[in-house]
Amino acid sequence: MLGSLDFDVITRSLPYVLGEGLRFTLTLTALATVFGLTLGTILALMRLSGMKALSVPATLYVNLMRSLPLVLVIFWFYFLVPYIGQFVLRTERPVQVGAFASALITFSLFEAAYFSEIMRAGIQSVARGQAAAGSALGLTYRQLMQYVILPQAVRNMLPVMLTQTIVLFQDTSLVYVISLTDLLGAAATVANRDGRLVEMYVFAALIYFVISFGASLVVRRLQARMAIIR
Amino acid sequence: MNYHWNWGIFWEMSPEGTGTYFDMLLAGLWWTLATSALAWIIAFSVGSVVGVLRTLRSGWVVMACNAYVELFRNIPILVQLFLWYFVLPEVLPAEMGRWLKTMPNAAFWTGSIGIGLFMSARVAEQVKAGLQALPRGQWMAGTALGLTTAQTYRYILLPTAFRIILPPLTSEMLNTVKNSSVALTIGLMELTAQTRAMQEFSFQVFEAFTAATILYLIVNAVVTLAMRWVEKMAAVPGYTTGH
Repeated sequence: MLGSLDFDVITRSLPYVLGEGLRFTLTLTALATVFGLTLGTILALMRLSGMKALSVPATLYVNLMRSLPLVLVIFWFYFLVPYIGQFVLRTERPVQVGAFASALITFSLFEAAYFSEIMRAGIQSVARGQAAAGSALGLTYRQLMQYVILPQAVRNMLPVMLTQTIVLFQDTSLVYVISLTDLLGAAATVANRDGRLVEMYVFAALIYFVISFGASLVVRRLQARMAIIR
Repeated sequence: MNYHWNWGIFWEMSPEGTGTYFDMLLAGLWWTLATSALAWIIAFSVGSVVGVLRTLRSGWVVMACNAYVELFRNIPILVQLFLWYFVLPEVLPAEMGRWLKTMPNAAFWTGSIGIGLFMSARVAEQVKAGLQALPRGQWMAGTALGLTTAQTYRYILLPTAFRIILPPLTSEMLNTVKNSSVALTIGLMELTAQTRAMQEFSFQVFEAFTAATILYLIVNAVVTLAMRWVEKMAAVPGYTTGH
């Protein structure tokens, strides 16, 4: 009951929940965003290229990833990555990569599919005349993408991309299923150890809410500002 | 690779004693479908109401509904499920809490309601966007004809708005199916959970996960095709919604 709540447990576990848990969550989010974006851009360019050998595998990959639940994909990679490591490094036994590396690989590869769709829409939002003008000026494909298309595309899709990063931030809580100590994992550990489920889960929810909501307000302001520029 | 493949594993008896491993996965699929269906019904009905209310011209109603959407959108689904499953019974009066905890199939009901409410915030966003995409003249025409606000929504705005948002609603439906897997954390033996169980009993990791992947892909394909059919059925001849 409400009378028997002990909010002191939050203060006591603060260094653990924030210092370890939240730091883990933010690190994973940041790294997965960087890798996911990089890979997502490559996938988007592959899909948009005229070459079937590039566009078909990219399309299949993106559609496959987007059809599967993240929880299933987390398990898939958790078991698959050691074997891939063994295959790539040609070692005797499956390579033990550790749970963090496994989670990072999973989220990067999974989010790449979502980022690539956003990237593709962004690239397609740049008027076709721009590409034609670039080619007429004698730019190579690489120059055209780097100096003409991508800067405008990134600007068009920035709000959606940032929103996806907020989704990614929330999704990282699913590493709970492979027992990693992220924000939720740390809160759950303390909750079960001290028998303080109510306090710890509400506290975790509050932190997720404050960060996600705050970030979404920033995205909204950014969107409003960019709408004026265009 | 020194992994021992054994695709025949699906026809072997599972240690649960209720059938083969394949039956185990099918049982999981059934829970996935049941949870997704109930969650979607909740998401669609609650989301539609909240979405409509957000377009009304009443300051406090809009504010309350916006708060609802922000609350459910900004907390991870897994955390929301924990709040419903672990926290709610503790903060309710003792009698009700005990009833909740001892309810049969508690994970199913909690999971469905939790995922349903989480998804309802997304549906509300879509419904609102659909209504706002309509030209203002439609609303004015309704008023000019002497329709009440409810009638204007029922007969003029909503039929078009829902047609416009059918494609995004389809992907929200698919998201509901995918999110049902999160309920394994509160003990629901849905498809992903059964796959995990099969892997733990049989050690045939990749066969189990391949089967689950195929089953999810089939569910995806069926939902997509069904919704495409609904779209075709619902299309108004001569009126393109411009997507």
